[in-house]
Amino acid sequence: MNFPRRLGPSGAGRSRASPGGSRAGQGTGMIWEVFRQEREGQPFQHGGSLEAPNLVFAEAYAREFYGRRDESFALWIVPREAVKEVREPYVAEVFDRDYRRVDGYSLKVKLKEARERAGTSRAG
Amino acid sequence: MNAQALLELADDELVLGWRDSEWTGIAPFLEEDVAFSSIAQTEIGHARAWYELAAKELGTDADALAFDRDPAEYLCAPFVELRLVHDWAQTIARHWLYESADAIRIDALKSSDDPDIAGLAEKVDREEVYHRMHAAMWEERLRGEPAFQKAVDDLWPSAAALLPPDQRATLATIVGKDVPSNRLLLAHERGQHSDDFRPLWEEMTMVRRSVPGASW
Repeated sequence: MNFPRRLGPSGAGRSRASPGGSRAGQGTGMIWEVFRQEREGQPFQHGGSLEAPNLVFAEAYAREFYGRRDESFALWIVPREAVKEVREPYVAEVFDRDYRRVDGYSLKVKLKEARERAGTSRAG
Repeated sequence: MNAQALLELADDELVLGWRDSEWTGIAPFLEEDVAFSSIAQTEIGHARAWYELAAKELGTDADALAFDRDPAEYLCAPFVELRLVHDWAQTIARHWLYESADAIRIDALKSSDDPDIAGLAEKVDREEVYHRMHAAMWEERLRGEPAFQKAVDDLWPSAAALLPPDQRATLATIVGKDVPSNRLLLAHERGQHSDDFRPLWEEMTMVRRSVPGASW
C-alpha cells in the first residue's frame, strides 16, 4: 500500500518490472492505482495505490481500503502500467495566456479564498 | 431462537475474530495484513451485536457475556478455537470453510420469526459479502496447492461440526466434500473445547480480569 505520489522521475526511464519501489517485486505482483468518487456524479480523484497479484485481489483490497464503509460511491482500479504520465518539457509559459488556464474552475477553493479575503469565512 | 443459540453464534464470531486478529502485523504482505485485520474486527463487531441480543434476554450486557464467563461456559465450536497462526494455508482454509458455513447459517437466520434476529442477520450479511469475496479469491488462488488441499482435508470434519446436523449436507455440497461420519465428527462437536481454547481465554480476558468490576 502506498500513499499518493508521483509516478517517478521519468515514466519512460523506469523499469516496468518494479514500478512501486522497494516493496514491489517481492512476489505479490502489480501496483494498482485507485481512484474514488465520493458521491455520485462527482469527479474521480486519486485515492492511493496498492499492491496485489491480480485484479480480483486488487478489487478486494480497494473495496476494503476505500469502499466498504460508505466512503466512496464508486472506484476505478487501474494497473499503474496503464497510466501514461506526461510532463511538459517547457520551463514556463512564454506569453501571458492566463485565460487559457483551466485551474480556475475549482469553485470550492476559490470561494474559500474569497471568503478568507473578505473575512467572512463561515463558522465551523 | 433462544439465548443459548445466540451465544453459540456470538462466541463463534468472537473467537474466530480473535484468532484472525493474531495475524495483525505478521500477515504475508501489507495489503493482506490490513484486509485480514479488518475482517477480524468485523467478526468481533458481529459478535457484539449477537451478544447484545442475547444480553437482552439474559439481563446482562455484551461485555459481561464476552469476557466474564468461565471457559467452560463458552459455546463456540472447537473449529474456531484452533490456533493456526504462522500457517497461512490452514488459516485461509479455515476462513474459507467458515465463511461457507456461516453463509448457510446467516441465510437461515434471515427468515427467522424474530424480527430482531432476522434484521441483524440481514445487516451482518451485508458485511459478510466482503468476507466471502475475500475467502473466495484466496481459495481460488490456493486451490491447486498441496498445502492448502491438505489443510482443507484436515479441517473439514471440524468445519462440518460448526453447523447443526441439518445444515451439514448443504455445506458439504458447497465445498465439494462428503459429510464426515459421526465417528469423525465426535471429536469436533460443539459442547467441548480444544486444548487451544484455555490459553486463548486466558489472554482474551486478562485485562478485564485484572481489575474485576471496573468501569472501563
